[in-house]
Amino acid sequence: MNVKIRYFASMRDRMGRAEDSVTVEGDTLTIADLWKKVAPGQPLPTSTLIAVNMEYTDASQKLKNGDEVAFFPPVTGG
Amino acid sequence: MSDATAIKVIVQEEPFDPYLVTGEHQATFDANKCGGIVTFVGTMRDYNDGHTVSTMHLDHYPGMTEKHIERVCQEAAEKWEVIDILVVHRYGKIMPSDAIVLVAVWSAHRANAFDACRFVINYLKERAPFWKREATPAGERWVEHNTKDPAAEAASAAALTKRSA
Repeated sequence: MNVKIRYFASMRDRMGRAEDSVTVEGDTLTIADLWKKVAPGQPLPTSTLIAVNMEYTDASQKLKNGDEVAFFPPVTGG
Repeated sequence: MSDATAIKVIVQEEPFDPYLVTGEHQATFDANKCGGIVTFVGTMRDYNDGHTVSTMHLDHYPGMTEKHIERVCQEAAEKWEVIDILVVHRYGKIMPSDAIVLVAVWSAHRANAFDACRFVINYLKERAPFWKREATPAGERWVEHNTKDPAAEAASAAALTKRSA
């Protein structure tokens, strides 16, 4: 399956890129697994917010083909 | 629950005059049933956390931002009898004293408009994916957290008890 990943704000600076596209064999991939692939050896910062297809979720969620995953810091709008 | 509260959410880069926009929006519907309008306008300070701030850049997640602001407005409309809710929020480059956000709520009675307006701005700040980056004399920095509204928790508690009001 293939998933698209987007990084925003300080997470984009930290990753040095705004997007990734990851293809894996099989159909079992959690967000925690995905993070290990895009940031090997780096723990996910505890304050990181995660969204899948623009809905907030947590790192245990299983992904499916075509999902858009986003990692970003606490929001500061308004 | 309100009967068909109208909700409009605009996320835009262009500067706007929140007072003009409020008036223009009110002209688009029959406001004869409204007894009160409560507006909140969030503006840019030229200082934050001990530094002067010359400009600010607001990053956002297009699509998710609108979706979550709309949802917060829908939740407010389920909790309080309100007639119309308008939210306008900027992104991109912001200058001191610029309006960043407008929340305007029209209702028959003031209490519902005050409560709904406070709920929308507080939950927008908690959930809508925007990020502020400030330009200070020491360089640029991401704002790591918003200033807490000391009454936010009280307002949330009130929201639960006023559901049937």
